[in-house]
Amino acid sequence: MSKQEATTQSESNSSPLAIELKNICKRFGQVQANRNINLQVTRGTIHGIVGENGAGKSTLMSILYGFYQADSGEILINDQPIKIKNSRDAIAAGIGMVHQHFMLVDTFTVLENVMLGAEQSARLDTSAVNAREVLQHLGDEYQLSVPLDAITGDLPVGQQQRTEILKALYRNAEILILDEPTGVLTPQEADQLFRVLEALKQRGVTVILITHKLREIMDITDNVSVLRLGEIVSTQRTCDTNTSQLAELMVGRKLETQHFPKIDNPDTDAGIDIQHVSVLDDRGLPRLNDISFEVKRGEIVGIAGVAGNGQSTLLEVLAGIQKPHKGRFVINGHTVTPESIVGPKEMREIGVQHVPEDRLRLGLIKSFTAAESSVLGYQNRKRFNWRLFLNIRRIRAACKRLMEAFDVRPPDPKLKSSSFSGGNQQKLILARELDQSPSVLLIGQPTRGVDIGAIELIHQKIIDMRDANCAVLLVSVELDEIMTLSDRILVMFEGQIVGTMKGSDADKTTLGLMMANALPQSGGGPTESAA
Amino acid sequence: MSTSNIELPAWVEVILIPILNIMMALFFAGLIILAIGENPVEAVGIMINGAFGYDEAIGYTLYYTTNFIFTGLAVAIAFHARLFNIGGEGQAYIGGLGVGLTFLLLDGYLPAIVLLPIGIIAAALFGALWAFIPAWLQAYRGSHVVITTIMFNFIASSLMVYLLVNVLIMPGSMSPETREFQQNAWLPFMHELLAGIGIEVTRTPLNLSFILALVCCVLVWIYVWKTRWGYALRTAGQSEAAAVYAGIKPKKIIIITMCISGALAGLVAVNEIMGVHHRLLLNFTAGYGFTGIAVALMGRNHPLGILMASLLFGVLYQGGAELAFEVPKITREMVVAIQGLIILFSGALALMLRPAIVRLWLAVRPGGVPKHG
Repeated sequence: MSKQEATTQSESNSSPLAIELKNICKRFGQVQANRNINLQVTRGTIHGIVGENGAGKSTLMSILYGFYQADSGEILINDQPIKIKNSRDAIAAGIGMVHQHFMLVDTFTVLENVMLGAEQSARLDTSAVNAREVLQHLGDEYQLSVPLDAITGDLPVGQQQRTEILKALYRNAEILILDEPTGVLTPQEADQLFRVLEALKQRGVTVILITHKLREIMDITDNVSVLRLGEIVSTQRTCDTNTSQLAELMVGRKLETQHFPKIDNPDTDAGIDIQHVSVLDDRGLPRLNDISFEVKRGEIVGIAGVAGNGQSTLLEVLAGIQKPHKGRFVINGHTVTPESIVGPKEMREIGVQHVPEDRLRLGLIKSFTAAESSVLGYQNRKRFNWRLFLNIRRIRAACKRLMEAFDVRPPDPKLKSSSFSGGNQQKLILARELDQSPSVLLIGQPTRGVDIGAIELIHQKIIDMRDANCAVLLVSVELDEIMTLSDRILVMFEGQIVGTMKGSDADKTTLGLMMANALPQSGGGPTESAA
Repeated sequence: MSTSNIELPAWVEVILIPILNIMMALFFAGLIILAIGENPVEAVGIMINGAFGYDEAIGYTLYYTTNFIFTGLAVAIAFHARLFNIGGEGQAYIGGLGVGLTFLLLDGYLPAIVLLPIGIIAAALFGALWAFIPAWLQAYRGSHVVITTIMFNFIASSLMVYLLVNVLIMPGSMSPETREFQQNAWLPFMHELLAGIGIEVTRTPLNLSFILALVCCVLVWIYVWKTRWGYALRTAGQSEAAAVYAGIKPKKIIIITMCISGALAGLVAVNEIMGVHHRLLLNFTAGYGFTGIAVALMGRNHPLGILMASLLFGVLYQGGAELAFEVPKITREMVVAIQGLIILFSGALALMLRPAIVRLWLAVRPGGVPKHG
C-alpha cells in the first residue's frame, strides 16, 4: 500500500488517474483486436476515444466492462490493480456503461428499470421508496430529470438514454462509459446530453466517450485517444488538436475536404414532381401535410430536418412502400395517385431506386450472405435466375463485381451480411441500387454509422449520379452532409416543407432555425398552423 | 459473455450438439430405468435391436420415419417464413379425407397409375386447404396462426368424427370406418416392390410413400434455398419491412407458405391411408402432426436435419414398442416418457449446452471474431 502511494506520488504533479490500462492485448483468432493498449484517463475529465469501425474501441471497452478478458496486460482503477471478470466486477469498481443500444425493458417504468438488478430487498415497494429518493436527488444534482413513473418505451430516445445514465449513477458509478451515445439522438437531445456530461464532470465523475463524430470530440472532451487497427496511435489534449488531424490519425491517410460544385436550377425536366401529397398515420394524424416540390434531373435536393418530422414517410411514399392519401406525384414519368399506386417492385422497374434509411431493417437481411443481400429487390431478374432456380454462381459473381467497384471489405460474397461493418453494408446497398443506373435516386441517411473513409466514397458516388443526370432526393439528419451534397435544400417540420434554400448559399444558422421552425416568414411554410 | 452470436463450425452445430443432447436425454432416461430396477444398457440394446436388428424392425422404423418427415417438413417450411404451424395434425387428418373421398368415388373406374397420383394430389390439396383458412385469417385479419391452427385441429377432429359416423361409414358396419378401397388404390408396399426385383423381406407397413418423403426433403431444400420463391419466403421470415422494400408481398408469402406446409402435412395420409389402412378411419394421425414440431426443432428446420430427427423418432417409436414388449416392467407410458425426455433435451433445451461448447471451442481454437460496434 505504502509502495503504491509512493509511486502515485512519484508520478508527481499529474492529476490522479481514474483508469490506467497497461499493455492490454486481445486477439480473436487471426485478428489482433487490441495491441499493447496503454491508456491513462484522468479523474474528473471527459476522455474521447475515436476510431473507425473495427479499430478496437468496442473490444477495449468490453474488456474494461468485463465482457471479455484481456489476453495480457493490466487494468488499474484509481491506482488499484483490478481483475474484471464480468460486469458485476466492473460495477463494483465504480464503472458504469451506457450501451449504444439501450439495455432497458420497454414495458417497465423508468423507476423499475433503474432498480432492476439493484433492488435492496425482496420487497419492491420499500426499495422503490428508497430508489425514488436517490433518483430525485441525482436528477437535481446532474440536471438529469426523467419522469420516474413513465413507461420507458413511451419516452423519446434522449430520455431513455438519461435513464441508462441514471441506472449507472444509481449503482454508484464514478466512471461512465458511453458508446456512440449520439447516434440515435437529435441535435437538441445531443446538446442536452453534453450538458449532463459537463455536470457529471463538474461533480468529479470520469466520462469516457466513444464516438466517431469528431465534432463532438472537439466540443466536449478534455483529452482524446485515437485507435487504429487495434492500437492507440495518439493521445493528446483536445485543445492541442483539430478535426482534420484526428481524421487523418483515424484513417491513416490524408483526407481531402470534400467540396462539390453546386448546380443551380438545371435546365432539365423534373424527375420527381410532387403535388399536394398528404399521408395520414393510423390515428388519422398527418405525417405528410400537403407537400409539393420537384426534383430536376441532374440535381440533388436535400431534405433537412430533425428526425421524425416526416422525412422517412416522404421517402417511403416515393419508393412505393406507403401510399399517399391525398395529392399526386409524377416520378420518372409515371403518375401516382391514391387510386393508382405504383409498388416498390414496379418502382425498381421504372428506374426509381431507393437506398433506405434503415439499412438493417430494410436494406439487407442480416442472416443472408452478402451475395443474397446484394440481389434484394432484384431476386426475380432474369439474369439472376436459371429456369426455376436462382443462379447462385452468377449472383456471387455480380456481388463480387459490386464489392470491387465500391470497395466493400472484405470482398467476400459468401460472408454473412451481419459480419460486415456498417459502412461496408451501406456500400453494398448503394452498389446494388446504383448498379441499376437509376433515373431517380431516393437515398436516406447514406452515411449513418459509416466510417470517415467510406463517407468520402459514398458522397462521391452520389455526386456521380447527379452528374449522370439522375434526379437525387437526399434525406439526412446530418446537416453537414446535406450542405455538402445538396444543390437545393428543403427543410421539413411536422410533415410540412417550411423552408427552401439554394445549396450555394445555405448557412447553418438559418437552416437550424428553419428546422426548429423558428424563422419568421420562412419560405412560405404555413408557420401559423404549426405554432 | 454472450455467446449466441458466435458462430461455430457446421459440424459442431449440426452433429455434435444434437448428439450431446440425445446423450443427455438417454442419461436421464437411464436413471428412470435404473429406478425401476432394470438395466439401462440392456434396455438401450433392446431398443436399438428392436429398431434396426432385423428387416421387419427396419421396415417399421422407416414407416414411422415417413410420417415424421412429412410433418417435420411442414413445420420447418412455415418456420422459415416465421410462421408457427401447429396444425399439422388437423391438416394430415383432412388430407386423409381428401384421399378417402376421391378413392371412394373413383377406385372402381381408374387404373392404379392414374389413381395413385390423384390420391397424392388430393391429400396435398386437402391439407393445403385446411391450412389456407388460418393463413388467410393471419394475412388479412391478423388472427395468429398458432391459435387458429390449434383450433383447426379440433375442428378437423370433430368434422372427421361426424363424417365417419354419419356419412362415410360403411353401411352395416359397427366401427366408424369407410369401406376398404379396391386394390388398385393401394400404394405398393416396399416388400412387394422388393419382391419384384428378387429381394425377399418380411411384410411391414413400409410403402412407396417413404420414397415420396425423401423426394419432399429434396424439393423443400431446393424450394427454400435455391429458388426465388424461397428467397422471398426467407426474406419475409427475416424482416417483413425488408420484404416490402424488396417488392415482396408478405401476405402472399403467408398464404403460399402455409398452403405448402399444409400440403406436406396432408401427405401423411398417403402413408397411412393409401399405404397402410386402405380405408379412411378415425385418428390415423395418432399425434404425428404434433411430433413434427419436435422433429423440426431438433432438425433445425433443415431437410437433412429433419431426415435425421425423423429417423430418431422412428427408432424411438419402433424400438420403444419393442422395449415395452420385451421388458414387462417398462410400460408403453415409460417409453413415452423417454421420448418426452429426448424432445425436452433436443427441442426445448437444444441450446442449453451451446454456451459451454462455444467457450470450449474458443479455448481450443479461437476462430470466432466478435462484432465491433
